[in-house]
Amino acid sequence: MGLRRITKEVLAAIVFAAAAGCAHAGELTVSAAASLTNAFREIAQDYEARHAGSKVLLNFGASGALFQQMAKGAPVDVFATADQETMDKAERQGLLVAGARQDFVRNTLVVIVPIESTLVLEDLRDLRQPGVARVAVGNPASVPVGRYAKRALEGAGLWSVIEARAVGTQSVRQSLDYVARGEVDAGFVYATDAAVMRDKVRIAFEVPIEVAIRYPIARIAASTNAEEANRFVAHVLSPAGQAVLSKYGFQKP
Amino acid sequence: MDTAWTALALSLQVAGWATGINLVLGVAVGLLLARGRFPGRDLLDTVLTLPMVMPPTVLGYYLLVLIGRHGTLGAWLHETFGINLIFTLKGAVIAATVVSFPLVFKPARAAFEAVDGQLEQAARVLGLAEAAVFFRVTLPLAWRGILAGVLLAFARALGEFGATLMVAGSIPGKTQTLSVAVYEAVQAGQDDAANLLVLITSVVCIAVLLGAGRLAPGRIANRAG
Repeated sequence: MGLRRITKEVLAAIVFAAAAGCAHAGELTVSAAASLTNAFREIAQDYEARHAGSKVLLNFGASGALFQQMAKGAPVDVFATADQETMDKAERQGLLVAGARQDFVRNTLVVIVPIESTLVLEDLRDLRQPGVARVAVGNPASVPVGRYAKRALEGAGLWSVIEARAVGTQSVRQSLDYVARGEVDAGFVYATDAAVMRDKVRIAFEVPIEVAIRYPIARIAASTNAEEANRFVAHVLSPAGQAVLSKYGFQKP
Repeated sequence: MDTAWTALALSLQVAGWATGINLVLGVAVGLLLARGRFPGRDLLDTVLTLPMVMPPTVLGYYLLVLIGRHGTLGAWLHETFGINLIFTLKGAVIAATVVSFPLVFKPARAAFEAVDGQLEQAARVLGLAEAAVFFRVTLPLAWRGILAGVLLAFARALGEFGATLMVAGSIPGKTQTLSVAVYEAVQAGQDDAANLLVLITSVVCIAVLLGAGRLAPGRIANRAG
């Protein structure tokens, strides 16, 4: 009990110090799915240019990992995930502002191979080829793209075969990096990630999945900067924000 | 909970190999730096100490670039021997070895420098060959200082995370060591698994440190001078 109280007090002190350090007016912390990295950087720049004095701090990672940070007290204003499940969890924990959640883009799951690869892959069954010794798959417990991949493979009755060849990754961008470096023979990423490294990876095929991949965005209830958070969410949903997202290959929700 | 014990076994395996390799290499390099007189000695010492101060991610990146499939050394190993180090336990051993290397050679160098040269000289006068002088006089005198470093290196190798994750990835049962398993469990919000893993890690580290203290009493303090 004593130890637990000390831990709590230390944590409280850290959170307080962090909150005090971050509480500048016009400063906004956005936790966003790793696949949004390039698009959100441009959107944030655009947003800062339109609203003088505003500063957007971007925190990218696997949606599940970002959720765990918030669940343990990270001060975040806006949350954007690559899946509905993680946002559902955040909603169940009361982290979101009720009714503030909106889907803002749609994405596609693809299998990519290194650009110099000679493998011919046309659908999931081709991943059983002996030439496919290693496949990058996001850890399904925290990385949405891994969960989508696992579900698609399970649907095709291939999960147990591919699981044995899977190299678990901590985010979709790590999978992308492994394929780009040629350290794995294939990997599951989103079409938008493949587009970021067109010179190093090529899309082998699109993976058909049952439920469309929709990204939700929401303001966090604990945000100390609600007005700014709402304005940023509105900007992402605005034609200007959508134009940037579509430039990076995201589809309309 | 099997994951936890598998991870512990892998961690011990990685740390064991890394320590064994470092024991041989670290003692040799420590001796070379303590006794050798050659240009660039200080530079060599500095370069070999880098892993102690550089972020593990930087080391991980260097290793990826070096031993990855497209890396200078990695490409050659793959083509010549069909050896692939990335995402294997060997990769994890290499990462742990590099990271903990300074912890072995630094104390070894200090220990060799502290050995009284007159004792070695006496042995030579009494007719011992150079190799015998080393194994029967120098090494026994320097042994405790070396051992303290080796145990610290073992503990460091056991906890290695950054470079290991980049080079060996996180494959349960193959390359997922304790520290990587902790990271995964926390990311996924599996606090029960994380609690067990950190408990195991803490107990193992305490045991290693207690062992280090017992095997080399007073030595760590003396060596600092």
